[in-house]
Amino acid sequence: MKDIYLLPALLFTLLLLGSCSSDDDTPELVNEEELITTLTVTLVPEGGGTSITLTTQDLDGDGPNEPIISVSSNLSAGVTYNGSISLLNETESPAENITEEVEEEADEHQFFYTIGSGLAITATATNFDSDGNALGTEFSLVAVDTSTGLLTFTLRHEPNKPADNLATAGGETDIEATFTVTVE
Amino acid sequence: MRIYFLPILLLTSYSLFSQICDYTLMGLVTDFHDGSVLVGSTIIVAGTERSFVTDFDGKFIIPDLCNETYSIQVSHPYCLTKGFRVTVSGNMAETFKLEHHLDELNEITVNGKVLSNQSKTFQENIINKDELERYSSGSLGDALSSLSGVSSLNTGNTVIKPMINGLHSSRVVIINNGVRMEDQEWGAEHAPNVDINAISRLSLIKGAGALQYSGDAIGGVIIAEAAKAPFKDSLFGKTQLGAASNGRGIFFNSELTKSYDTGWHTTLQGSMKQFGDFETADYKLSNTGVYERNAFLKFGLNTFDYGFEALYSFFKNEIGILKASHLGSAQDLFRAIESDSPLVVNEFSYDIDAPKQDITHHLARIKAHKRLGDFGKLKFQYDYQKNKRLEFDIRRGSDRGKASLDLELDTHTLMLDLDVKASDQSNFKVGFMGSHQKNFAKNTGVRRLIPDYDKYDFGAYVIGDYLADEQWLFEVGARFDHTTMNVFKFYRTSFWESRNYNQQFSELVVEDFGTQILTNPKLDFNNSSGTIGIVNSFDEKHKMYFNYSLTSRIPNPSELFSEGLHHSASRIELGDLSFDSEIGHKLSFTLERKDDKFSYSINPFINNISNFIVIEPVSTTNTIRGTFQVWEYRQTSAQLLGVDFNASYIINKLVQFNHQLSIVKGQDKTQDEALINMPPVNTTNEIVYYNNKYRNLQLSLQSKYVFRQNEFPETNFEVYIPNTETFEMVEVSSPPPAYHLLDFNSTIDFDFSERSTLTLGFQVTNLLNVSFRNYLNRLRLFADDLGRNFLLNIKLKY
Repeated sequence: MKDIYLLPALLFTLLLLGSCSSDDDTPELVNEEELITTLTVTLVPEGGGTSITLTTQDLDGDGPNEPIISVSSNLSAGVTYNGSISLLNETESPAENITEEVEEEADEHQFFYTIGSGLAITATATNFDSDGNALGTEFSLVAVDTSTGLLTFTLRHEPNKPADNLATAGGETDIEATFTVTVE
Repeated sequence: MRIYFLPILLLTSYSLFSQICDYTLMGLVTDFHDGSVLVGSTIIVAGTERSFVTDFDGKFIIPDLCNETYSIQVSHPYCLTKGFRVTVSGNMAETFKLEHHLDELNEITVNGKVLSNQSKTFQENIINKDELERYSSGSLGDALSSLSGVSSLNTGNTVIKPMINGLHSSRVVIINNGVRMEDQEWGAEHAPNVDINAISRLSLIKGAGALQYSGDAIGGVIIAEAAKAPFKDSLFGKTQLGAASNGRGIFFNSELTKSYDTGWHTTLQGSMKQFGDFETADYKLSNTGVYERNAFLKFGLNTFDYGFEALYSFFKNEIGILKASHLGSAQDLFRAIESDSPLVVNEFSYDIDAPKQDITHHLARIKAHKRLGDFGKLKFQYDYQKNKRLEFDIRRGSDRGKASLDLELDTHTLMLDLDVKASDQSNFKVGFMGSHQKNFAKNTGVRRLIPDYDKYDFGAYVIGDYLADEQWLFEVGARFDHTTMNVFKFYRTSFWESRNYNQQFSELVVEDFGTQILTNPKLDFNNSSGTIGIVNSFDEKHKMYFNYSLTSRIPNPSELFSEGLHHSASRIELGDLSFDSEIGHKLSFTLERKDDKFSYSINPFINNISNFIVIEPVSTTNTIRGTFQVWEYRQTSAQLLGVDFNASYIINKLVQFNHQLSIVKGQDKTQDEALINMPPVNTTNEIVYYNNKYRNLQLSLQSKYVFRQNEFPETNFEVYIPNTETFEMVEVSSPPPAYHLLDFNSTIDFDFSERSTLTLGFQVTNLLNVSFRNYLNRLRLFADDLGRNFLLNIKLKY
């Protein structure tokens, strides 16, 4: 009967020893690689003048902190702006430029501009993928008349291209940034 | 299978100088296990043509023996013939203990017999080999769903998670060939890594009926076993080949067993299954293919009083996840739910693209046993499991094609058990278990869903049963587990602070990386569990089972550590580091009638669970990707109440009617609301024609009606949709309507050759090609369930 008690004791000791020898290395820090923390829209007035920037920054990704949204100044009625969108991952240092990735995979991405009712502007994509379909990281924006409203930039990954509006575009939303814009 | 037995006998006389041949051997042949006498054994004295048969008391007398050594052969209609050499010296009388229940040598016996692997006082629900073969093209979950009280929580139609009386995942323990499966089973979209074709018997216990493996089966235990090798010289096997119309799938399974009367045996089995995109009644389900490959090898030796067995199984499965279910924000979720058909429908393909799962599971086990005479049996088992889980999302840039989730789970377990036969009426078993588990989450460029950890578990149990008389059987068991977890977890600084963990758990911080903090939680759990069971066989047809089980389950890694976006659910999930173990108290009662004409079982139960961990939506949060619903785990008191009803009526020699009804209601007692994902009331009615005179022809028509789930927590929420400038309701919790499905099944046997049988099977599922959605399918928000499927199955048994 003695053996019966000895055997488990021995085996469990072996198990413990075996387990304890496993290395206690701390795991490697994972920085979210595809995270987009910051979207900056730069509007350069045709014919010169001060550029306007619209920025949304969400440094903790899907963490509890809400994005910080800012608009540098109001738009001027009657002016056409050359718009460009830049995407950054600022959790990396130096910040990673995601716009480049999106432009490299132009055929799988598209920016959509949603203009809220009451806001008298138009926006049209000015850069395209290899199939001639809109990509939209560059666009032309016309501030038609004095007004205030919401302007939303939506980046879709793998939309059904060509797609002219969000409702039918499909795909997965990578970015959805809404700004309150005033034309004066 | 109580087929083989080997008797011994002995001769007596006393020695004389001359050859006197008038000695008598008086023998008694008894069962080694329970001492019962073995009637009708034939004893042949070699070289003399003299034969004897044991009488009703198991006794025999051989007269006229000389003082020499005899070869004696003993045989029995149900046993293996065996020879013995006996030296006679004078008259003698002796008792010989023989191995009668040789099937028990295989140890994986679970048939409610002496010292089986599971409780004797739970009503057992079994799916045997023939029924299992109907599900060869499916999965373990598909087969289990055919039992009353079992439903499944699905992700599409290839990830099938068994659910017992409303509980699933970590609350359901799967024992695969004596090994507790450790395959990231906490995840609701992680299907069990068990090949259905390698199983010859599947049994279900709706309670904690397997204390030697675990005390945490709050929902129940599923026991899957491979076929046992017979104790004789034989070579047999089977090959199955099948094709299915829906998903244009093929499957193949082959197995071969060689056994010897010396006890040596070996089995080799392999199976393969490939399906492309499945389809509903109206459209294709893009990227829902599956490609599964399995292999199984077993060999060992079983003898009268010792034996060993080594087993290795390999399971690999690649599963496509419906393309249209891959979403960004709640706005995407709204679009997907509102659309009648999936937002992505492509041409049929066998390709499996992201999103997909790629899982590999290795299981190796060695076990040995040694009989200790009348005292009992000592058993030892070591098993090792390696689970590799890769989950792929649709990614961008250089990460394209790289897994988002890459988990490696290694588990080593040692078990030592002692089965003791205390008396003819009582048995007890006691055992120890030690295990070490290591989870390693590789850096994939996506924050870890669950962290790296080491887990140690030490358990001890004792189970005893007492057969008071022919009517009453009592069983009592207790188990204690000590579990330690050593975890390395990166928290987002913003989450760590918003939860106030920086005050509460500041001592856990190892290093501060700015936006993230590395912590080292060390968790200890002491869990007790136990069962009490009574069976009363009050007449020949009726039995009553009464059970109480206490179960304790430690929180799983996702309940403790989740903290971020769950892509496939398009929601943010948050765990809680301070959770305690869940404690379940389940009372169940079964009344069973077994009869040639009318059989039934009615099984009401109540399961009260304290510290029950639920996940539910608490708010929405805005991110740069849009709005997301935030789901938080919390602990509450829950109660599950229900009844399972089974009946069968034999109309005549050829036709039988079967009925099943399951009702379960889950309630969160603290918040006074229904629990999420409870199976709706469902009933199955089946008419079976079976003619054993004509090629075992079997035809059956099955109707399954699933009611709408009317009791659910309402968690719909509003979200702003920019392009319509409106707030819209995202109906994530609304259950789909009731549905009715008809299935047809038929099989017929042909004699292929003298020793082989060919069985042809033809099945149609969803005969009427109904469009329906299943409340327990996580992808019900995006697409319908499967349309009609024709399935052809050819099986050759040899």
